[in-house]
Amino acid sequence: MNDSKNVKDIVRNFINNSINIDALGDDEDLFETGLINSLFAVQLMTFVERKFGVEIGGDDLHIDNFKSVSATAAFVVRKSSGQVA
Amino acid sequence: MKSHSRKNIMNFKTVGVVGVGNIGSGVLASLVLHGIRAVAVDVSEKSLETARAGILQTVRLAPVLRKDAPKLTRNEVLERIAFTTRLEEVSTCEFIIENVTEDWAVKKPIYERLDRIASAGVCFGANTSCISITRIGSATSRPDKVIGIHFMNPVHMMPTVEVIRGQHTSAETLATLNRLLAQLKKEAIVVNDLPGFVSNRISHLFMNEAAFVFQDGLATAAQIDAIFKKCFGHKMGPLETADLIGLDTVVSSLDVLYDSFKDSKFRCCPLLRKMVEAGHCGRKSGRGFHVY
Repeated sequence: MNDSKNVKDIVRNFINNSINIDALGDDEDLFETGLINSLFAVQLMTFVERKFGVEIGGDDLHIDNFKSVSATAAFVVRKSSGQVA
Repeated sequence: MKSHSRKNIMNFKTVGVVGVGNIGSGVLASLVLHGIRAVAVDVSEKSLETARAGILQTVRLAPVLRKDAPKLTRNEVLERIAFTTRLEEVSTCEFIIENVTEDWAVKKPIYERLDRIASAGVCFGANTSCISITRIGSATSRPDKVIGIHFMNPVHMMPTVEVIRGQHTSAETLATLNRLLAQLKKEAIVVNDLPGFVSNRISHLFMNEAAFVFQDGLATAAQIDAIFKKCFGHKMGPLETADLIGLDTVVSSLDVLYDSFKDSKFRCCPLLRKMVEAGHCGRKSGRGFHVY
């Protein structure tokens, strides 16, 4: 089971390790602040699918689902518990 | 004349893509996202399989990054691309984009074969990093129909391409390419032809010097990239850009620039060459200046 805290930690670690920033706020908008580019966004989505065994389906293809650590973690938890975004 | 003008306003239906590495795969994803069919050619089934997986992922996730991207099913994507190891299969394509290794010994025979395979009116877009378009044109009997297209990575996200007019490239060929680019919703910046063009001639000096700075222990890779991003406002630093392009490709391009200009400013940083020899080619091999 993917619990919220655990998921958040894993997602935050993945982003931190990839983009070398010191203090990433969980609600910081990754796209608006220019912290991540489109290439990394695809990596993040691919990571989420592989790591948590969830599939980003046609209805999930919204930037809002991946715009921050919190949003990405919430998406994973929602998908894991069978609720569709 | 009338039928000729009509032909000019027709949309491209099938484009050949020769070489399906990083950029070739990106070009294929971009074509598919804009409703254009493609014939994808590479030397091995393994390369084609890697490309197929990458393209499916890129196209599937494209709507997250671009609101105007269509939501295509796996079958719709695969139905639009014919993957093959047989170069002859591009014979029915209306335009051919070549993205093979940055090595004249590899490119030259491909152009000689394409020249025999493709119909006389078909234009070739050379997606080369540094090799001059005029030189590529000279390997064919249609140098007027050879034009350089320098797509940026990730291809489907970048709205602008550097287009290079070789010595013999005709205005008609440029117009043909502009039609294709319009279908891909891209804009061209058209420049003249010398090795490296504008983008790579300048960017490789940045990347090479950044490698020297790293080699000299002046700063860490993260610091060097951070200075470009945080001080200059660039989206990416020179070392992560080199990692993205592939350090092997960067070394090959520097060698081409050095050979072409015989100018020592293009001499490749020894550390770059050593990293390639060690198999640390950047993002695609999991390690370069950064770890992925």
